[in-house]
Amino acid sequence: MSDAAAKTQASRVRPKYLNLQALLFEIRLPLPGWVSILHRISGALLFVALVWMLWMLDRSLASEAAFNKLKHYAGLWPVKLALLALIWAYCHHFFAGIRYLFLDLDKGLDLASARLTSWLVLGASLVFTVFFGWRIW
Amino acid sequence: MTARIVTGAHYGLRDWLAQRITALIMAIYSVIAVIVVLSGKPINYAVWRDLFTQGWMRVATLLFIASLAWHAWVGVRDILMDYIKGAGLRLALEVMVLLTIAAYVGWTIQILWR
Repeated sequence: MSDAAAKTQASRVRPKYLNLQALLFEIRLPLPGWVSILHRISGALLFVALVWMLWMLDRSLASEAAFNKLKHYAGLWPVKLALLALIWAYCHHFFAGIRYLFLDLDKGLDLASARLTSWLVLGASLVFTVFFGWRIW
Repeated sequence: MTARIVTGAHYGLRDWLAQRITALIMAIYSVIAVIVVLSGKPINYAVWRDLFTQGWMRVATLLFIASLAWHAWVGVRDILMDYIKGAGLRLALEVMVLLTIAAYVGWTIQILWR
């Protein structure tokens, strides 16, 4: 086998290198990659939690007694933590989504802007999560 | 009978565009909702109920949920296409997601116009 043929052979049989260890510790995602995977995770989380949010909307509008009961329930700290997680998911999905809309319009495609806007998305979602969290706490 | 080509250009364009338009509708609703809630009186049951008995709020919330339904369908379908490789299981999950989303829309109408 010639060198060139051996090379094609090697590139054809690519090693599979995806396992939990590689995902967690070895594959270094670039910053915009983090924004991207968090956009997916937050979207999935919001969809899964939709039934809970609709239930809360339902209870909050059902009657004054149901509203006050819900208010008490939302005051428990595990519930507040869950709400905080959803607020973060909504904020991240919102800001990352706006970033993608600009990317679709070919705005902010160069590396420096892509990194800067990634930081802005991560920062803005945290700031707004803290703000809304402070309002409900 | 002609063979229908189910892959190729433009087949995904409508969903791609719909996901972005519905995103904009939801973003605008979110900003308005936050401003209305934060600038109004502190929320108690009466304030909250009065907000949702106004016609514009009901219609806007319905528009939001309709946008959410389409947006979430495209997003969840993308996730299923990426991670679920078996066609049978994927189809079953997609049908479940569609039925769930339809039920949510029905439930929202019930909540808003009770």
